[in-house]
Amino acid sequence: MEQGPAGGSGPAAAAAAAAAGTGGLLLPLSETEQQRYSELFSRCCPPPEAAAGGSSVGELFRASQLPPDTLHQITEVCGAKRVGYFGPAQFYIALKLIAAAQSGFPVRIESIKNELPLPRFMALKNDTEVRYGTPAEFHGVKFQVPHATLEKSSYKRADEGEKQEPKSPPMSPICSPPASPSTYQRIAQSYGYGKARSGLEQQHGAPYEVRHSTHQQDGPSSGNYGAKSCPSLQSLSVEREQQDSSSQYSDDPWRITEEQRDYYINQFRSLQPDLNAFISGSVAKNFFTKSKLPIPELSHIWELSDVDCDGALTLPEFCAAFHLVVARKNGYQLPETLPETLLPEYLQAACLKPVRDCALFDSYSEPLPSSQQTRDFSRAEVRGCKLGPYLADSDGSFFFSIPAAQEPNAHRARPRSRSYSSTSIEDAMKKGEEPPTPPPRPQKSHSRASSLDLNKIFQQNTQAMTDLLLQTEQPSEVELHPQMNRPPSQAEENSSAKKEVVLAQPPSKPARRKLRTEAQGLETPELSPTINVTSSLPAVKPHLPVQKQSSKQKRAIQTAIRKNKEANAVLARLNSELQQQLKEVHKERIALETQLEQLRPVTVL
Amino acid sequence: MAVCIAVIAKENYPLYIRSVPTENELKFHYTVHTSLDVVDEKISAMGKALVDQRELYLGLLYPTEDYKVYGYVTNSKVKFVMVVDSSNTALRDNEIRSMFRKLHNSYTDIMCNPFYNPGDRIHSRAFDTMVNSMMMQVC
Repeated sequence: MEQGPAGGSGPAAAAAAAAAGTGGLLLPLSETEQQRYSELFSRCCPPPEAAAGGSSVGELFRASQLPPDTLHQITEVCGAKRVGYFGPAQFYIALKLIAAAQSGFPVRIESIKNELPLPRFMALKNDTEVRYGTPAEFHGVKFQVPHATLEKSSYKRADEGEKQEPKSPPMSPICSPPASPSTYQRIAQSYGYGKARSGLEQQHGAPYEVRHSTHQQDGPSSGNYGAKSCPSLQSLSVEREQQDSSSQYSDDPWRITEEQRDYYINQFRSLQPDLNAFISGSVAKNFFTKSKLPIPELSHIWELSDVDCDGALTLPEFCAAFHLVVARKNGYQLPETLPETLLPEYLQAACLKPVRDCALFDSYSEPLPSSQQTRDFSRAEVRGCKLGPYLADSDGSFFFSIPAAQEPNAHRARPRSRSYSSTSIEDAMKKGEEPPTPPPRPQKSHSRASSLDLNKIFQQNTQAMTDLLLQTEQPSEVELHPQMNRPPSQAEENSSAKKEVVLAQPPSKPARRKLRTEAQGLETPELSPTINVTSSLPAVKPHLPVQKQSSKQKRAIQTAIRKNKEANAVLARLNSELQQQLKEVHKERIALETQLEQLRPVTVL
Repeated sequence: MAVCIAVIAKENYPLYIRSVPTENELKFHYTVHTSLDVVDEKISAMGKALVDQRELYLGLLYPTEDYKVYGYVTNSKVKFVMVVDSSNTALRDNEIRSMFRKLHNSYTDIMCNPFYNPGDRIHSRAFDTMVNSMMMQVC
């Protein structure tokens, strides 16, 4: 029998070879068998090679579901072991033997000669193979698994890709993809997955990709995405460029809309009423710190927006800075350089062109109706996906949810910015008061005319408040003391006159005494100036209620002026009194001299 | 151009130091640190002479075989130290001066930023860009 197989294998080999070649046969291979075998052989062995690869053959054999020892037997019998490789002859014989074994025949060469059904191979990767065999269900399932796993792995990749992207958007939960309706549909087509689920996922991924692609365009610091997204990115970027040329205003996150601009201008006004002036660095720092962004980012925003690097923000610079803060709060990465649309020159030019703003609103209204359609389209597809509302609401809409042109996103974000701003407005209002302008320097010397006018006012006699008296006296004595060398400090004196009142009280007393000593011999005249001064006070009093109504600044200035004037009036009064006294003294002297003359004996004889 | 650029604060701690990456950076840190002594020496010498322009270019602090170190101090005693490769002989004094001037300008720009507290480390991207432009382009 050993010869048998050897002998049998020889002619069988030749026959098989012949069968492989032409179909004429010692080995009865039916046509189907022939087809099948050649197919299998070509599968296991790529055409240029003469012998089947051992591993693929092994796989095939294993797929036949025969026990391993049977397979070993088969290999022996078919002669592969002897020959060392699976030539076509051996392969065909092996297949025949497998068929025989599966039919229950013993693994012998003789069995080949019988009419045998086709060998059954489960677990073949081609559908055709599966069809050829008579797959048992469980086998079929088992071996469809690789195929399914392949598909699933591709889905998994998609899932992971999608999942990566949803992770990054949490930082921008309200952010809306900018895809226009047309690109959205194109995305759906370009992916062309059979299953709705995967298609949905792809669609979800696509808007994110679109957004992130704009990210990448605007901010090179955005994250990386799978290679899968790259081809879509290119197509999307192309589409978006076409879009951009048509509707420039709706896509660019760095473009300030009219509403935003008004909002920024109002905020500017709250910090600095004059729109042409600057906001100083410290004021701006306090303001932007309220936005709760980390300091390094605020520092970077300042760097970007303060173009002239002067430590202060003009209105366009402030708008740019505010816009960047808002963008950052909405999750956008800060750009490395200031985008064109945020440059001060650009913003200033924009301020001068209100006509364009109408175009803004038109462009908003246009995408709206088309976005409605895609909204329904997406809603139909999306099944309870969290991303749905964001997608649906934001088709064709602007990046920023702040402009009220679109929907709940806008309202969602607006209260955010408003809450930020509401607290800030109050604080800003408190801090936004301009520092009081220093009071105008009072003139060192009042003209006599003005003091004379005041003298008329001071004619009235009343009881006075001694403290006011003191206050009026102190500036006067302060002026007396260091006379000429304190012009700039007078402003300070006047503003902090009260302080100096306290401080100067002790010196005032000797000063008063000094005044008194000056007019020592003229007690009554001394009293009269004081009385007159005190009488001046009630005249001042009617001024006081008027001044209380005005701001503190004016009051301070006016009190200072008043005190100076009073002091001057006092001095003038004193002067006039003394002059009068002098005249009287003169008269007396003249009288005395005449008397003397009369009394003197007339010596002239 | 420069191999290492450092900004040292008044209290002699570094606000910013950047070297060409391929070299052993620690060596440059050490060089800058030791050059501070020379800077202080020059400042004190200048102070006695009542130099009109205090914020001046200090010139070559000391040369070694591999490189040269230049210094610059501002009015607020902030020092800029630059290490330049000796093999680069084409660099003239004027160029070094202009580089220091650019550094100083960028530094003042940083100061203008209200979010920058003097004495903090410098993290400004504009400053980084400017410094990168001055660093040697190592292939």
